[in-house]
Amino acid sequence: MPIIVNGSPSPLPDDPRVSLLDFLREYRQLPGTKKGCNQGACGACTVLVDGERILSCLALAVQYDGRQVTTIEGLADENGLHPLQQAFIEHDGFQCGYCTPGQICSAIGMAAEAKRGLPSHVSTDLTGAAVLTREEIQERMSGNLCRCGAHNGIVDAIHETFAVDARATETAA
Amino acid sequence: MNPFDYARAGDVAEAVRLGGVPAAAFLGGGTNLVDLMRETVARPSHLVDVTGLSGGIEDTASGGLLIGAGVTNTVLAEHIAIRTRYPVLARAILAGASAQIRNMATVGGNLLQRTRCTYFYDTDGSRCNKRAPGSGCDAIDGFNRGHAILGASAACVATHPSDLCVALAALDAVVHLQGAGGARTLPFAELHRLPGDHPEVDTVLQPGELITAVELPALPAAARSTYRKVRDRSSYAFALVSVAAVLDVKDGRIADVRLALGGVAHKPWRATRAEALLRGRPASAQAFRDAAIAELADAKPLSDNGFKVPLATRTIVAVLGELAGAVA
Repeated sequence: MPIIVNGSPSPLPDDPRVSLLDFLREYRQLPGTKKGCNQGACGACTVLVDGERILSCLALAVQYDGRQVTTIEGLADENGLHPLQQAFIEHDGFQCGYCTPGQICSAIGMAAEAKRGLPSHVSTDLTGAAVLTREEIQERMSGNLCRCGAHNGIVDAIHETFAVDARATETAA
Repeated sequence: MNPFDYARAGDVAEAVRLGGVPAAAFLGGGTNLVDLMRETVARPSHLVDVTGLSGGIEDTASGGLLIGAGVTNTVLAEHIAIRTRYPVLARAILAGASAQIRNMATVGGNLLQRTRCTYFYDTDGSRCNKRAPGSGCDAIDGFNRGHAILGASAACVATHPSDLCVALAALDAVVHLQGAGGARTLPFAELHRLPGDHPEVDTVLQPGELITAVELPALPAAARSTYRKVRDRSSYAFALVSVAAVLDVKDGRIADVRLALGGVAHKPWRATRAEALLRGRPASAQAFRDAAIAELADAKPLSDNGFKVPLATRTIVAVLGELAGAVA
């Protein structure tokens, strides 16, 4: 089976050593996903697989046949940028921009996790609603490093985009 | 990365057959193995992908849970029975790695992950008995701030990196295995080895033997349990010291206690000596301190990690105090 990247199917690489990251960048010519540390420490290579965020540098492409991969190139549509992309611009969520594709894919996956109630390390109640406070966002995004130090803008952008649902939950409760 | 053949196993029997080749390795989420292969620390000739197997979490007849080895860390921490009946396990998982890694990493792979000792990874410049048996250990007289204080040997002072395993040690989990010769089960405490003269061997698994599931026994006391991890930064770092604890207090006395430590030894360290001292005693700060000091009495710090002895002692006291407070 092929790997489906941003809706478009691609055959698997012949060499099983090819990481999903190298497959995206070099076989599919989608350089938006970035190679930072290439050892799972920085989060720059984060993509969504079937809606879940993973590190493409630690993934072998052959393991993902038949799966739906979404990269930063797949987020904007005919109506323009994804709301989180726009929020990153408005909140100065980057300087050099190298970690940004990973940050944005990671935050989209993170919002889905929180929406379905997955707790985090800083959640005092393991079974309560996952409210995306700044502290929760910081913990849940700790796998994405920014060497420029734009973390405050990044958290602001994520909070503005995704904390609305959480606030509604908080009010309802 | 060395070349290898890749195959996806359709079921456990096929996985065991494919994994019977010398130098074959089972592949879970890949978060540790792919990295080790890229660094040429691991050089398997065949990879048997087992991520499609054993992905369920089921109730057992005896009131426990059977967790398939292919269950991801995220799915396990998210399961409502884990969050309510075994919170120590949910908390340990959520304290480990990053969210992206937890989405990939499997339970089986977590049990078999290898030390993050930097000398183990440094194929070009360092001696390491775990990577190259008999070559020596550069950690013992090197940068050993993160290394073991309990159960180490002259050959190896590495620590086991897992958080999840510390909780499993405290919970008396049982590991289900399948090999060419049949199925067997193993108490979790017996899975991992101390280094001794053979630090290259992490576990008692036979070659080609596959972890198929981890069973949690019924343990109502575990509803009152927690995990505390002390590390250099507040998130996404390995433990300097961690404590998994279950505490059952009845009429002011300790009816049952389960205690395990991470970041201090070559394996998840079940604190049996402390447990024995605590059972039956009043749940007091003095009792917690006495037990913690007794557990650390045999600690042998290296040049840079002496701080782990008081840190582990205080963390045990704090965690048991927190759980006792929750009872009061």
